[in-house]
Amino acid sequence: MQASSHAIPHPHLHESAHHEEAGFWSKYIFSTDHKVIGIQYGFTALCFLFFGFCLMLMMRWQIAHPGQPVPVVGGLLESLLGPIAAKGIVSNDLYNSFGAMHGTIMVFLAIVPLAFGAFGNYLVPLQIGAPDMAFPRVNMASYQFYVLGGVVMFFSFFIPGGAAQAGWTSYPPLAVAIPTAGQTFWLAGMVLLITSSLLGAVNFIATVIQLRAPGMTWMRLPFFVWAQFVTAFLLLLAFPPLEAAGVLQLMDKVAHTSFFLPTGLAVGGNLANISGGGSPLLWQHLFWFLAHPEVYVLILPAMGIVAEIIANNTRKPLWGYKSLVYAVLTLGFLSFIVWAHHMYLTGMGITIATFFQTTTMIISIPSVIVLTCMFISLWGGSIRFNTPMLFVMAFLPMFGIGGLTGLPLGFSYSDIHLHDTYYVIAHFHYIVAPGTIFALFAGIYFWFPKATGRMMNEFWGQVHFWASLIFMNLIFQPMFAQGMAGMLRRMADGGANYSTARVPDAIGGLSPHMLQLHTYILWAAVGLALAQIPFILNFFWSINNGKPAGSDNPWHSTTLEWQTPTPPPHGNFAKAPHVYRGPYEYSVPGHPTDFTPQNQPD
Amino acid sequence: MEIPYTVEARPDTGLYNAKVGIWLFLASEVMLFGALFSTYILLRVGAPEGFWPHGWLNIPVGTVNTLVLITSSITTVMAWASLKMNQFGRFKFFHACTLCLALTFVGIKSYEYHDKFIHYEITLNDGKIADGHLVKKTADEVVISGHYVEDRKELFDLRASGATHEHKEIAIPRSQIKKMENYGPWHSTYLAIYFTLTGLHALHVIGGAIVIGFLWGPGASLWKRDPERFTNRIEISGLFWHFVDLVWIFLFPVLYLL
Amino acid sequence: MSDHAAEHADHFREHIRRYLFVFYALLFGTLITVAASYIPFGNRAMNIGVALFIAICKASLVACYFMHLISERKMIYAIMAFTAFFFAGLMFLTLWTYADPPFHTVTH
Repeated sequence: MQASSHAIPHPHLHESAHHEEAGFWSKYIFSTDHKVIGIQYGFTALCFLFFGFCLMLMMRWQIAHPGQPVPVVGGLLESLLGPIAAKGIVSNDLYNSFGAMHGTIMVFLAIVPLAFGAFGNYLVPLQIGAPDMAFPRVNMASYQFYVLGGVVMFFSFFIPGGAAQAGWTSYPPLAVAIPTAGQTFWLAGMVLLITSSLLGAVNFIATVIQLRAPGMTWMRLPFFVWAQFVTAFLLLLAFPPLEAAGVLQLMDKVAHTSFFLPTGLAVGGNLANISGGGSPLLWQHLFWFLAHPEVYVLILPAMGIVAEIIANNTRKPLWGYKSLVYAVLTLGFLSFIVWAHHMYLTGMGITIATFFQTTTMIISIPSVIVLTCMFISLWGGSIRFNTPMLFVMAFLPMFGIGGLTGLPLGFSYSDIHLHDTYYVIAHFHYIVAPGTIFALFAGIYFWFPKATGRMMNEFWGQVHFWASLIFMNLIFQPMFAQGMAGMLRRMADGGANYSTARVPDAIGGLSPHMLQLHTYILWAAVGLALAQIPFILNFFWSINNGKPAGSDNPWHSTTLEWQTPTPPPHGNFAKAPHVYRGPYEYSVPGHPTDFTPQNQPD
Repeated sequence: MEIPYTVEARPDTGLYNAKVGIWLFLASEVMLFGALFSTYILLRVGAPEGFWPHGWLNIPVGTVNTLVLITSSITTVMAWASLKMNQFGRFKFFHACTLCLALTFVGIKSYEYHDKFIHYEITLNDGKIADGHLVKKTADEVVISGHYVEDRKELFDLRASGATHEHKEIAIPRSQIKKMENYGPWHSTYLAIYFTLTGLHALHVIGGAIVIGFLWGPGASLWKRDPERFTNRIEISGLFWHFVDLVWIFLFPVLYLL
Repeated sequence: MSDHAAEHADHFREHIRRYLFVFYALLFGTLITVAASYIPFGNRAMNIGVALFIAICKASLVACYFMHLISERKMIYAIMAFTAFFFAGLMFLTLWTYADPPFHTVTH
């Protein structure tokens, strides 16, 4: 298998006149190279993913054992955070902080930077045959804003009063009325993060439009690039209203305006000294206008990764490429007009509720089309069950469960019962945790050899996979039952206050069985934590000690990123590659090899 | 491999990279200001009858500011056209005008803001309301130049009333003051959205002026090395500037006239 | 080379005439917006309608001529068209939720 016969030759340094040997700082810290920036995003995002995961573990402890000191880290909590963590117990306020920050960190500091900032930045220019992003310095700035936003969010834990407590949704009047500065830090952090995303989005879109290599037509783009392209549009157009809303809420907190504070608001029994006249619902509209497209930002890059890995490991083209492209464009478009399905319980009229239910039902169609195309792509394939493929194959049913369980939430009648319960938590975690995160794991195992020249250990990869899959399901499956039994979200005592144990004849009280599930979930969460250890060790160990990949294209892939040296040098390609064919020419009848790279002429 | 189409247009799209970039950025700005305009509409529609202010902003001053910005728009496009016609001197002249006009705009805006911050609404213990501009403050009294009103509602629609009330100096002992508040963003949702919209707009004016100022000054050295690339930068910064003017074209009637 | 430069300059002189015309139109538009706001139409909605209509005309002139949108490429049109649609969606759908209450008072 002559994997390197059409590999792009290494560009000679003297040909690119401006590139003298860069120092440490400009090469690794202040780099404008999209690959370095991608890796920077990746490492920072993985650190935040780990941090958000730790917050979750402490929350699950508190839910299962309310009022008991957190084992192992209780003392550390108290010494770091002070009275809010007195005696190492997760107090109610601390629980609320953990909850708000777990959500914020996972969505804005971990998943999006990993899926879009890391994978997108590293792979999109390579896959389209470009030397870099269209605006490399803007790219560096977007990473810097991200770090700044992350630092602000992280440090908010250590200020008097602690971090934000009003949920990742930061609903006023509560968010404004809480007297501490945590919420202000959250708003400032969000403004920085949104700026980072906007800069990134402009870069991605301009790059895909302008820097595709000769012969790389729109319909020859790898599906991963299409997914990232639509994601960038969602970020570009949906984030600004939240930035505006963030500024407005900041003004409510700092300048005592009343954008979101109604007339007659009383805080702590006293009439608030504000002008009034504002609308709490206005915040919800502006927030969810972003936050709904945001969930597609969370899933689309994952779908892109899944598509690439399926095509590669079934050794056949993706089924329904055109359908996939049109589906993802439609999905992006529709995602802007469904947001109020998060607001069914705010007293919406029937007509407007019907409008949003209709658009919500319609948007499930392109999602199903994408999932169906991927399932059908498996049919008749010569499947290689390596670690990336296992994660990707698990993604399909897991995302299926997550997506289907969203349907009762999309209908306002059933949402009345399920809104703000554990059912919702289970629904979206199924999509993001064994959904997106599995795809991101797959992507790490898959593209690791391109960045490092070494393979990650296959055995420990499979251990990581099976353990994660089992424990993820053990954590989130019970939550559907709890939610349907009426257990509400964001309760620091895990619902003990509403239990039939406490109030025996309570109508709709939570049974001991429902509360007992908390203990099993906690053990499953600990199991999931342990399951990540082989991954973390494997990742770091394999950088220098993994089995050498053996070639620039160890997976025998068709897309352009595999046709470069390993790791790709600055400027990626000596001169623009020419693209002659589509992205998934696997097992073409009559061809000597079972794959034909995009840049191979006939 | 160098990044292509930084100056010359890509054949199939007919655009150079920065032009795509700036239009994408402007699209996001449309959404940003759009959200704020939506906020304005919602707050206004939600206000109780008779309590949405009219005539609180000085229309002649606002009109002058509008003309200033429109003029800066024409000088911006003339600056770019001068470069396209290879007239560097005229470019320098026109963008010098643009920068002066930008400074004028911000100056007038600051005057307007200041006027609001020294305008007080004072509720007395006996329920009367005094409204006017601050003359002086001492330890025991506050002196404003204004008038008394019986019903707070009278303060809101100043355009319909037409008649101007005479301003006389009113001295109010501090002991009689129940609440004293100036016309800042905390005063009412109208002023809140006014300060936010015009404040964000002014930040964009300042930002744009800084970029144009840089390109006029130190950045102009690119003209000698790569005139086409420099002209493109003037075009891009010009597009941003026109957008800033465009936002004001809507802000002025919405906030000042309606 | 100088012929090319001369043609180039003439081409631009035509554009400059257009820019100046737009400038005068904008000045005029500003003055009539202010004047129109003093006309008592009776209901406020009319004032709002007139003011917005004039503003849209002025904005279109700036966009089409100063920003060269009238001779711009399809790609830019596509980007701005989607943006306009989503902006409209944000504004109108939000207003619609306010205008459509969950219950209507029953009148017997």
